[in-house]
Amino acid sequence: MASVELSICVGSSCHLKGSRDVIEKAREEIIRLGLQNEVTLKAAFCLGQCGHDGVSVKVGEKVVPGVKPETVSKLFEDQVLPLLGK
Amino acid sequence: MTKFDTLVQQLKYRVLKEVAKDYWDGTLEEKKAGIPKVIAPGPKATMRCCVYKERAIAADRVKLALGGDKSNPNLLEVIEAACDECPFGGITVTSDCRGCLAHRCAQACRLNCISFGDDLRAHIDKNKCVNCGMCMKACQFGAIINRRRPCEASCKIGAIHARPDGISEIDEEKCTRCGQCSYACPFGAIMDKSYITKCIDIIKESEGGAKYKTYMIVAPSISSQFHYAKLGQVVTGIKALGFTDVVEAALGADLVALNEAKDLSEEGFCTSSCCPAFVRYVNTAFPTLAGKVSQNLSPMAAIAKYIKHIDPTGKTVFVGPCIAKKMEMFREDSAPYVDCVITFEELQALIDARDIDLTKLEEKPLDNASYYGRIFARSGGLSDAVRQALKEQNIDFEVKPVAVSGLDQCKMALTQAKNGRLQGNFIEGMACPGGCIGGPCCLTHEVRDAADVDKYGHESKETTMLGAANAAMADPKIASTRKGE
Repeated sequence: MASVELSICVGSSCHLKGSRDVIEKAREEIIRLGLQNEVTLKAAFCLGQCGHDGVSVKVGEKVVPGVKPETVSKLFEDQVLPLLGK
Repeated sequence: MTKFDTLVQQLKYRVLKEVAKDYWDGTLEEKKAGIPKVIAPGPKATMRCCVYKERAIAADRVKLALGGDKSNPNLLEVIEAACDECPFGGITVTSDCRGCLAHRCAQACRLNCISFGDDLRAHIDKNKCVNCGMCMKACQFGAIINRRRPCEASCKIGAIHARPDGISEIDEEKCTRCGQCSYACPFGAIMDKSYITKCIDIIKESEGGAKYKTYMIVAPSISSQFHYAKLGQVVTGIKALGFTDVVEAALGADLVALNEAKDLSEEGFCTSSCCPAFVRYVNTAFPTLAGKVSQNLSPMAAIAKYIKHIDPTGKTVFVGPCIAKKMEMFREDSAPYVDCVITFEELQALIDARDIDLTKLEEKPLDNASYYGRIFARSGGLSDAVRQALKEQNIDFEVKPVAVSGLDQCKMALTQAKNGRLQGNFIEGMACPGGCIGGPCCLTHEVRDAADVDKYGHESKETTMLGAANAAMADPKIASTRKGE
């Protein structure tokens, strides 16, 4: 089964931009989509994209900057599901 | 403008900066022998009797900047050429004695050491005197002084003394590596070994993060340092050196306090384990209490462990005010997580060696920990954190903390604990007076430092320790701070 690592930046800059809420939302999304066995949620420190408005998230090997709680669903749709072949 | 408390710190910094600069440029081997001349260009001596002595001392400092004497297990070394063989002799009557009639000094002396000669002045029989100091207090002219070497006076556990030839010598067994003597010595004759070149290797070999990421872990006392720049500028400066990220050791403190509170409630009594000099003091001077030292890692090791959990190939460098942390770096429980330890003095040298002007940089945020993790930097903060951690985790246990700082206070509390007379169930022990803000390698030691730490604490986004842990996805159960877990 395909699997993907989702690393959410908890470094200072992203923390202040609300990474905690993004983590919460991602947890909910994993449950909603039933991906508990396919997506591993992790923390990361600086991913080098601090300039963006929003939180940096690493999906597999790709860093996606500017993620907000309201765009987490879209992140799953656009980035996570394709990696899982869904 | 860079500011140090004393010219001694300034001198140490200048040597470290030269070494760092040449090492970074790869020119150290060819330039090393010339550094003493850069430090003391002459032709006139400005610090010592002659430029040749100044250069000899600078050469010894260069050796220490490169890790010092490998055969000496201590992190502190006496630079023999720099030791001024300060006078000593304990309680001494000075020429200010006016030969009065009251003789309050003699009346205050319970051992009858004081007599009066034909000159009517007081004389102390050094064979009987125990340096209690009662005569000194009694003299209304302040004519009796306690002549102690500053290094000896600073060491509250008697681990440094004069050799017969007058040079100071450290008792390796007794010494806790707190480093108070190195800050106290007015001639800068005691210096800590530096691992600044190891830090440079870690940065350079990462190839800007391409080979592995590098993390600088900053001690919470950083808030009372670098007064000339904003904390956010220091963070940017550290990143400009080449570090991937800057992480607060205070987040490790949050994790430690959460676990320590649980352990305390289960065991009923323990001491803190944050300060490596205190831990060494307990283990060497109070072996019967060794088992009572908290089994949790220090905040430095705890956050380094968490960073390595997230990023197993990442490298961690701790920066703080502490010499004893350099000893902890080699300790079995910390070594797997902490790759290097440097001090604020050394960070300043490194930043200046790279010609980075902190005051010109934009500010970047530093926010990983809660208020409670941050106030670990001052005495009493850890106790407040443990009390809060019990509350946050709904643990029904009343902590009665005894917060002590400075080895004299630590000695008192530990002696009481050993004899079952401690009025409390938790000892927060810090070797430096006032806690880490009194650390020997702070750039400055000022009265406002404790207030600065509290102010910085209140700026945290997260107001609770569990909040800070959750925000970093560091569930205390996952990110266990217990040794060996």
